Amino acid sequence: MSDHPTFVLKGGRVVDARGERLADVVVADGVVRAVGVDLSADRVLDASGCIVAPGLVDVHTHLREPGREEAETVETGARGAALGGYTAILAMPNTTPAIDSAAVVNQVLELGRTAPCDVYTSGAITVDRAGEQLAPMAEMAALGVRVFTDDGAGVQDNRLMRRAMEYATGLGVTLAQHCEDDALCGGGHMHEGEWSARLGIAGQPAEAEELMVMRDIALARLTGCRIHFQHLSTARSVAMVRDAVAAGLPVTAEATPHHFTLTHAECASYDPVFKVNPPLRTEADVAAVRAGLTDGTITAIATDHAPHTPESKELPFDQAPPGMLGLETALALALTELALPLPVLLGAMSWNPAKVAGVDDVHGRPVAEGEPANLCVIDPEITWTVRADAMASRSRNSPYEGRELKGRVRHTILAGEPVVIAGEPQR
Amino acid sequence: MIGRHLLEVEDLGGAEGIEEVLRLTDSFVEVSERAIPKVPALRGRTVAWLFYEDSTRTRLSFETAAKRLSADTMNFSVGSSSVKKGESLRDTARTIEAMGIDAIVVRHASAGAPHRIAGWVDASVINAGDGWHQHPTQALLDCYTIRQHLGGIAGRHIAIIGDIKHSRVARSDVEAFTALGAEVTLVAPPTLLPPSLDGWPVRVSHDLDAVLPTVDVAYLLRMQRERMTEALLPSLREYTSTYGLTIRRAELLRPDAVVMHPGPMNRGVEIAADVADLPCSLILDQVRNGVAVRMAVLYLLLGAGTSLGATGPTDPSGSPETTQTRAEEATGE
Repeated sequence: MSDHPTFVLKGGRVVDARGERLADVVVADGVVRAVGVDLSADRVLDASGCIVAPGLVDVHTHLREPGREEAETVETGARGAALGGYTAILAMPNTTPAIDSAAVVNQVLELGRTAPCDVYTSGAITVDRAGEQLAPMAEMAALGVRVFTDDGAGVQDNRLMRRAMEYATGLGVTLAQHCEDDALCGGGHMHEGEWSARLGIAGQPAEAEELMVMRDIALARLTGCRIHFQHLSTARSVAMVRDAVAAGLPVTAEATPHHFTLTHAECASYDPVFKVNPPLRTEADVAAVRAGLTDGTITAIATDHAPHTPESKELPFDQAPPGMLGLETALALALTELALPLPVLLGAMSWNPAKVAGVDDVHGRPVAEGEPANLCVIDPEITWTVRADAMASRSRNSPYEGRELKGRVRHTILAGEPVVIAGEPQR
Repeated sequence: MIGRHLLEVEDLGGAEGIEEVLRLTDSFVEVSERAIPKVPALRGRTVAWLFYEDSTRTRLSFETAAKRLSADTMNFSVGSSSVKKGESLRDTARTIEAMGIDAIVVRHASAGAPHRIAGWVDASVINAGDGWHQHPTQALLDCYTIRQHLGGIAGRHIAIIGDIKHSRVARSDVEAFTALGAEVTLVAPPTLLPPSLDGWPVRVSHDLDAVLPTVDVAYLLRMQRERMTEALLPSLREYTSTYGLTIRRAELLRPDAVVMHPGPMNRGVEIAADVADLPCSLILDQVRNGVAVRMAVLYLLLGAGTSLGATGPTDPSGSPETTQTRAEEATGE
């Protein structure tokens, strides 16, 4: 924004899609003005010992507005995103009403205009996400919607999904799928296996996810439509996507921090803070998701940030809604838990998801002169303890409460404006 | 031995802890047989029932046990309470506790509900059945009944027959029976077994006729009619013909073998009416022992610090010598 003073991010190491280098970064008028050594400006933001990277991009955020503002709003969600290093988030359409029409798309985009993070929205594939009738995708695409999904549910009907994919190719948009066969995991609340058997909780078999991944790969072959698999959670899902990518199909996939850090054993506490869809799975699945991130099968880390009020999680496991907070812990979990080279890790959190979301003209750009100044400055060495109370979210359902993590966002720059300075939100 | 709560069989601390409860139960069986079957052990203590699921026999059994120990009891009837008005589990539990309750006995259709409550209150929480998960006092009364009739559990072969998948009784019994050294065989169609038996020290069979001649105990589970709608079985008729304890099958049992069932029975489905009434059927002994076992559990959880001797003189029925000794042993640990 042009009314913000020129400043320099001083003393950091720039990491972007082009590589790594020690450099100062001067920002003015919403763009990167200069990148080089020993640069100066009226104002200095300390980046010594830090990584200066393109702002992070989350392709999977539940903002709850409209409809469940007691759990989160566009504003509080976006503030948490900014604190987590994100400069762009993609809202999921499972609001009330669902984001399945131009009117609701406009409402969410309007709410996002003043937020400390660029808020984009996906649109529903089917009317009210009911899986019965195609939503007006062209009408929403005309407002800039680039990703369509019924997230929270997968499109169950084979023929309807085929038609949605065919129709989407005409609009040049991507379909994103929450893969879960309802008939196979209906009534389940956690991964079906050793722990669900012992705990007496109805399970969701891994095959419920895998069947839909398999079907959608087949439909991508049939229709040529780009499909993005949301929150892959099983070893065989990862393997199928790996083969599909190798076969040249237009397929991408994301994984969440909880699916590469937690297993179904956590459910033994019966605390629904560990209840999520798809569910936490086995150690072998966690290892496979990590391997998928390492070899590039899974190109994006997405939060699936899903706020729920404390009351709604103060219920027995099978009665509580699934979902976990993620925006303020995702980067630190990736830095702490994944042994990925920085450019690969940041690629998975910035420029790869920017492409999936269709926002790569503004976000995930190289840190170079003339580029939009959407940046984050990360202190990779600092350790901190997760406290849900201290988060910007209206909800508290973090499964990482009390966990010590390494790496935290120091500054976040949105269109040239420092929206987070030294870990403090500026608006 | 036992901690503050009894949420699952594991809380009893293995064979030693289970044996301790069974020994104490002996004393309370003796109390129950007296003309005035009542001791003052828990006078001044209050126990509340929080039953989110219908249960006549378990609640009545706990209530009888508490009253024979002279505890005050309250019934938090969910059907007519604020729970119906949308009060959360946490608020309900804390509300009850705020009234000065010492123990909450919980029955809930959701696995883990008593565990959650235990995390929110200071009172002792006793699990009286949570979903498909656990029913620890049922396991204790089953152990007691087997010991009473067969002299011991170690080395015995026990078949648990029927809907294991959805059974809290099966999960608790497997843990308790195997902890005490029994061999356990689960007999069920694959659709009624848990999705994984990793870590379960049991054998599995789908052939009841082959198993029955080898068992000391045939433990039948209730077959619920709603399983038909979930495509788990073709029909009740087929279930009865393959897994029901019919008169013909009962003849395969060894002469000294016994038949058990946690109730309520579906006569004619998992058990033939005539089999339920045979002398080898311990079904009513289970019910009878349930009261004494629950007295033992309540005493172990709430009796610490109270001495039967101190309250004894004011008790018209007197305090049984054996109970006193056992109780002091128990609370001294």
